[in-house]
Amino acid sequence: MANLMTGAEIVFKALEDQGVKHIFGYPGGAVLPIYDELKNHKNIKHILVRHEQGAGHAAEGYARSSGKPGVILVTSGPGATNAVTALTDAYMDSVPLVCITGQVPTHLIGTDAFQECDTTGITRPCTKHNWLVKDINKLSSVMHKAFEVATTGRPGPVLIDIPKDIQFQKGKYIKPKALKNNNSKTKIRFNGQDKDIEAAVELIKKSSKPIIYTGGGVINSGPGATQLVRELVSLTGFPITSTLQGLGAFPGNDQQFLGMLGMHGTYEANNAMHDCDLMINIGARFDDRITGKIDEFSPKSKKIHIDIDPSSINKNIKVDLALVGDVKFVLEELVSVFKQKHPNFENSNKQKIAAWWNQIGNWRKKNSLSYINSKEVIKPQFAVQRLYELTKAQDVFITTEVGQHQMWAAQHYKFDKPNRWMTSGGLGTMGYGLPAAVGVQVANPDKLVIDIAGEASVLMTMQEMSTAVQYKLPIKIFILNNEYMGMVRQWQELLHEKNYSESYTAALPDFVKLAEAYGCVGIRAKKPDELDEKIAEMLSVNKPVIFDCVVDKTENCYPMIPSGKPHNQMLLGKQDEEKDKISEEGKVLV
Amino acid sequence: MVKSAYSFATKKEKSENHIIVVWVDNEAGVLARVVGLFSGRGYNIDSLAVAEVDKKKNISRITIATSGTPQVLQQIRLQLGKLVPVHKVADFPINKKTLMREMALLKVVSSKPQLEKAKKLCQKYKYTLLDKTEKSFVFEVSALKKEIDDLIKKLQPLGLVSASRTGVVAMTKGSEIYKQH
Repeated sequence: MANLMTGAEIVFKALEDQGVKHIFGYPGGAVLPIYDELKNHKNIKHILVRHEQGAGHAAEGYARSSGKPGVILVTSGPGATNAVTALTDAYMDSVPLVCITGQVPTHLIGTDAFQECDTTGITRPCTKHNWLVKDINKLSSVMHKAFEVATTGRPGPVLIDIPKDIQFQKGKYIKPKALKNNNSKTKIRFNGQDKDIEAAVELIKKSSKPIIYTGGGVINSGPGATQLVRELVSLTGFPITSTLQGLGAFPGNDQQFLGMLGMHGTYEANNAMHDCDLMINIGARFDDRITGKIDEFSPKSKKIHIDIDPSSINKNIKVDLALVGDVKFVLEELVSVFKQKHPNFENSNKQKIAAWWNQIGNWRKKNSLSYINSKEVIKPQFAVQRLYELTKAQDVFITTEVGQHQMWAAQHYKFDKPNRWMTSGGLGTMGYGLPAAVGVQVANPDKLVIDIAGEASVLMTMQEMSTAVQYKLPIKIFILNNEYMGMVRQWQELLHEKNYSESYTAALPDFVKLAEAYGCVGIRAKKPDELDEKIAEMLSVNKPVIFDCVVDKTENCYPMIPSGKPHNQMLLGKQDEEKDKISEEGKVLV
Repeated sequence: MVKSAYSFATKKEKSENHIIVVWVDNEAGVLARVVGLFSGRGYNIDSLAVAEVDKKKNISRITIATSGTPQVLQQIRLQLGKLVPVHKVADFPINKKTLMREMALLKVVSSKPQLEKAKKLCQKYKYTLLDKTEKSFVFEVSALKKEIDDLIKKLQPLGLVSASRTGVVAMTKGSEIYKQH
């Protein structure tokens, strides 16, 4: 007779068998049996957050910086609904999360019971899959299946809703390996044929204006994929650019790297995307922040698209050759066939793409990330650059909130390793960075973790400083404080006749005193000449720090592709704004 | 000026009618997943028919009549294919290779001569007179969607008071069955 376990015991047994070491959560009535069981599992550490959204983002930061799934445990009703933003964020950015929610007892479901909500109904469109477990004997298989769905294929969040009576009931536990896996969806390696790889090799050989464009799929595919991208770039001698989520897959200061592309990408990256004759998209999804105006997107190029998600192919941009599979497995084949067919290609092909590199060199001369520095006031770009210079010797993990500071961080902080850059790209969730930093620090206890933040975003989840203090997580919150919702203000300046409707935050807290109130350290820098010294002070503190970096209130983030424009019509700065490069139609676009 | 517009569709491609057939695990919430995918992504559902077709394997067959550009139709197939309880997705073209039927129950309340007229109209199709009173007839008609549309239009002046339709179901002709990709 097999040992019977309670639902709560089964939850923890499954978490242990899935290798879970940390869970982020917040207790409440409908999950109390699970919380009661926590004491019997010393190898799983629970991090108590201050709001369920914080648990979700912390789990995202944990997952993205460690490559392991993040686990959240929250109660029914408001516990579940508070987690929805984080689940949606993880869904958009393909982050593996397993969210366990308590639910009212099965006999009360549908009666509008206290703290009842239709959790699986609400989260259906923002998870890869979800389950309401009404049968104790299905609980262990659902738990294992949840981890499989979250971590395989294109990763993403899943949710398991467990009614309170099921948590008390006794049932049989089944180990993960005893389960039959019959779902081919989760086992995507490479679905293509040899002739597709050969076609790709042929396109690479023929091209005289190539560009490689990488995305978050490379990072999600693991360190092997990153190595293969680097190998492909060095084998071909081709230029490479990256989406926001792909930063770190290729060294940010390498000569072949053109910087980030897209709405706030570099001049050289966007023009190269526009004028190329071959685009190799590796693990990116032709998001609208990347493509600009679809009709005029890279009009003269053949496009190869490598993606694990078949529905990403031809969704926004029609491509000529699709290689559906895990980046690592596709590139393994591509690189090996390429090496075999064209040994010494880089040198023999140099001549052919020399004119293209020359052209890229000319675009680079525009120095599109430049800005006019000041001696009086700290320019936000300068602050990020100094932060980079003073920390680059260490293995640093950067998170961000959403807005101008996020783009400046992406532009001026250079990454050379994957999993070091955690930012909310798809959903664009203000308030992501602080809790994400909590999760990153939990996964990487001895590393330097910095949230490059804006003062508006960070206030949305500021309560998680309390979590950082409780668990002695020495995260650094580096706030570029311009007192405005900067990106909103920028759009209002450019597109709404400088009507700064509700984008100024009056009555901001004193961030230094706020830090002290939380029991951490507050530092303020107001002048450019004190910045280095203050950053050094921040780095020397082995405690959570809120750094209030008072920056220029009116700086705009450039370069910028205005809405409704293609890649080759960028605004480079103030001088372009005045030339009225934004059309009337462009003003209605987001 | 509309400030809430997200972007403008510039290329207008022609919309096509298709029938999408989805084989799914017959479990709680599966229809909501399929239908939610359509509404969430702005795809059309012209009609929907669903029932369990294999009790042993617990499989239901969902038949969705939809319309969209070729790109949208491809997205519908691929997005459906990603859902965990979906086993396979078929795209039946609306042409001679596909058998299609829709069933309707039609109640006409009227005078004797009008009822007889209605019956005559139904005779054009495969029909059964299911229920009959002095004042009313209930017909069961099985035909193509367009034919039922026509019939309903013609029955309206004759006293059609209630129409209930199943939505289209479809199957390929000949010995072949649809295999996944």
